[in-house]
Amino acid sequence: MSDRKPEFRHPKLTSNAGGYSRRDYEGAMSTLCAGCGHDSTTAAIIQACFELSVPPHRVAKISGIGCSSKTPAYFLGKSHGFNSVHGRMPSVATGANMANRDLLYIGISGDGDTASIGMGQFGHALRRNLNLNYICMNNGCYGLTKGQDSATADLGSIGKRGAPNLYNSIDLCELAIELGASYVARGFSGDKAQLVPLFKGAFAHNGLAFIDVISPCVTFNNTNTSTKSYHYVREHSEATNTFDFVPLQQEILTHYQEGSSQEITMHDGSMILLHKGEPGRDVTNRLQAVTRLEAEKERGRLLTGLLYVNPASRDTHDIINSCQRPLNSLVDADLCPGNAALQELNATFR
Amino acid sequence: MNRIERVNDFVVRFANVNGSGSASANNLFARAIYRAGVAVSPKNIFPSNIQGLPTWYEVRVSGDGHLGRRAGVDLAVAVNGQTLLRDYREVLPGGYFLYDSTRALPDEFDRDDITLLGIPLTTLCNEAFSNPKLRQLLKNIIYVGALASLLDLDFTILTEAITSQFTKKPKLAEPNILALELGYNFAREHHPGRCLLSIRRQPRDERILIDGNSATALGALYAGATVAGWYPITPSTSVIEAFERYAGRFRREEEGTRKVAILQAEDELAALGIVIGASWNGARAFTATSGPGISLMSEFFGLAYFAEIPAVVIDVQRVGPSTGMPTRTQQADLLACAYASHGDSKHLLLFPSDPKECFDLTADAFDLAERLQTPVIVMSDLDLGMNEHLSPPLHWEDSRRYDRGKVLHADDLDRLPGKWGRYLDVDGDGICYRTLPGSHPEKGVYFTRGTSHNEYSGYTEESPIYQAGMERLQRKWQTARTLVPPPEIDTPDDDCRLGLLFFGTTSHAARESISRLAAAGVRVNSLRLKAFPFSDQVIEFINRHRQIIVIEQNRDAQLRTLLLAETGVTADRLQSILHFDGLPITADFISERIQALLEPSTAAAGDTQGEQV
Repeated sequence: MSDRKPEFRHPKLTSNAGGYSRRDYEGAMSTLCAGCGHDSTTAAIIQACFELSVPPHRVAKISGIGCSSKTPAYFLGKSHGFNSVHGRMPSVATGANMANRDLLYIGISGDGDTASIGMGQFGHALRRNLNLNYICMNNGCYGLTKGQDSATADLGSIGKRGAPNLYNSIDLCELAIELGASYVARGFSGDKAQLVPLFKGAFAHNGLAFIDVISPCVTFNNTNTSTKSYHYVREHSEATNTFDFVPLQQEILTHYQEGSSQEITMHDGSMILLHKGEPGRDVTNRLQAVTRLEAEKERGRLLTGLLYVNPASRDTHDIINSCQRPLNSLVDADLCPGNAALQELNATFR
Repeated sequence: MNRIERVNDFVVRFANVNGSGSASANNLFARAIYRAGVAVSPKNIFPSNIQGLPTWYEVRVSGDGHLGRRAGVDLAVAVNGQTLLRDYREVLPGGYFLYDSTRALPDEFDRDDITLLGIPLTTLCNEAFSNPKLRQLLKNIIYVGALASLLDLDFTILTEAITSQFTKKPKLAEPNILALELGYNFAREHHPGRCLLSIRRQPRDERILIDGNSATALGALYAGATVAGWYPITPSTSVIEAFERYAGRFRREEEGTRKVAILQAEDELAALGIVIGASWNGARAFTATSGPGISLMSEFFGLAYFAEIPAVVIDVQRVGPSTGMPTRTQQADLLACAYASHGDSKHLLLFPSDPKECFDLTADAFDLAERLQTPVIVMSDLDLGMNEHLSPPLHWEDSRRYDRGKVLHADDLDRLPGKWGRYLDVDGDGICYRTLPGSHPEKGVYFTRGTSHNEYSGYTEESPIYQAGMERLQRKWQTARTLVPPPEIDTPDDDCRLGLLFFGTTSHAARESISRLAAAGVRVNSLRLKAFPFSDQVIEFINRHRQIIVIEQNRDAQLRTLLLAETGVTADRLQSILHFDGLPITADFISERIQALLEPSTAAAGDTQGEQV
């Protein structure tokens, strides 16, 4: 098959702390268009998993339908993947997570999959604060059906089809903050240096981490008149912060000037070291986060970076008080009350 | 005037206002008859409303044990002013009309063929009780007390029922018993011997009185369901509510957490998505819904069928199409469920006919879904789910183990010779081996997809590979035919050429018709269907008979359509008896229709009745 990569491994390939090489995190050959932003995004996912030494088989990848949703085939080939139906990734991921709370869940979606057909499920996964890394590869258009505008396309933006978009765009990050996501970030597929720590922080987070990745469609929406083109995003993005993700048990090496940084301890004990553009900003403040997004939008700028985080967040399992043992590990003896109890129940119906 | 005179064989119909607390009083009455050892089948005929609209509660009393609904009212208990005249007119000639005689009946209540049983409920209640909230509830209890006197029902059964109901709050039992006595004494003093309907104690058997939805919930609990995704919809909501209640009691972990995840989803799409995600990841998961939910779930049914993921769905059917009559019953989701979703897709259906089968078949559904890696839909209905039914007691065989199907765990994968393929039919039964995420660091990983796939779960657009996959699913379907619960076949007469075929809640009325036919010298064979796809026994039964009458509760003969499509039987051999007004089918209805089908040809050929239809 043409999408197979050769099995050969260079003997000098470096391994991470878990003994895995980068190749252990790769997947099949991409069948997306050459230069697609999504391929850079998956490369960043691979890099984040490698750097965190995530055991590949302890990850479950779940997606909806669309170009973005195809990508789980192109990374983490040693993880189970589930390419479900259009707009329904969140519910499938919810069920999967309920069955086994011990895996790392990466949900892949796109702007059509999330902001249109899957808007309901998106909102409710956020609201339940599912422990899911929800990555939306956002290119403002429907690629697989040849370039129709999506709900995140900006008003007046013109893609390859040539007609300006008539409607206002939906800001998924703003929505995510309002609907209850506990970790919200925006990255750009063209800025891997920023994207990798954003993913790492998300993976360490307990609760719903939403990462909106502006990921240009080279075929249908990379025109001079599109606001989701590589050129436009580079020119108009504004990083709210830069940060280092420091995994648990690793020494903190970076030092920022007093007052210009914020330390956030994550659920698993790792740290996010945030370098803020200006003093007084607090990334754990929802109101500030939304206000800043709106303010930058008014200036015609796209705010990127870690926008909001609640490090003390409680995920769905915490909320519903389900047991620590994964539900899929329970056997007959754990679950079945037995006939004697049933006979007592019968008596209550007499 | 001829008053209806019957022992243990009549229908009492209560006419109440929704939300007035009548349900518990009416239940008390039905349970008292059950405790007297007499078969009882209560039917709640209620509006899609919370408060204020008319609601009825019909209790059929049958010493012979008939559990189907019977039309016609022998005794009306009319305490709803809005429907008083209608309730009055619906009493059968010779019947009885119990009403609140605090106010006199208007002039148009002028029948001379029924017996009036006036009880001044409001006056009695207001004289005895001062709390306004309590008054409304106890007014209902007063008429139950009156009924005990009128029907010669042992009064102690009622007082014992009250006492056991309020064991934890004995103070509440007192006014209830007082209310019972008020009604009882008034009726005894003012209407002695006027009502010729009576209850005579019979020996009690081991049966229980339980609603189907509670039994379904217990089935899921016993079968080890740990994840439930659901969306509220009448008449299925109480399945999940009962599951939550029992899980709270039986699924406690020592640390105080719960061995269950029950999520109220944003809609039915998500509800089934949650089930599929959980099942894919190795938990037993289910959802409960009704027709409108089935429509929304179609997309996910197709995914689960094609990607081969277990899913258990309880469909408590109500009246369609569209929103239809949400609080009335029907068996009209068969086609929508059997072939839910686009493309060639089909799903297993199970048909419980009483609460015990709700329990058993729900538990079986989990085994079948995991064994066959496909959706299984338990086809209950509003009548079965929300009404209390006399049912054999529930039983769980402690030696029973869950059939988790063909799942390869880490050690299986280590031992596995050769290459594993998710959709490789190793055993030739169409069922392949699956693995669960996270189980092995190197082996058994695969990519689940709703797109066309090869035996190794890789995407394919190769026609022969796609076609082979679809044919393999068909092979699995054939395997399913051998695994589903067998039908219940009754063949009193080997030579009989007429067979009745029915399923679910139609069964009680159908059986009653069969016994009536037998009493009239007409013998018919019968088959009660328990599952789709149809097993060989079903096909043999059809082939053995010249004529089959399919009895079902929908307009379009949906089961007949399924039989025609799936068994190769010719259309002329299947006739239909169809009942679809939203109320449970009756033996009278079935008997009349069978008679009509039998008569013309009997006249023409003069042969024995059973052979002619």
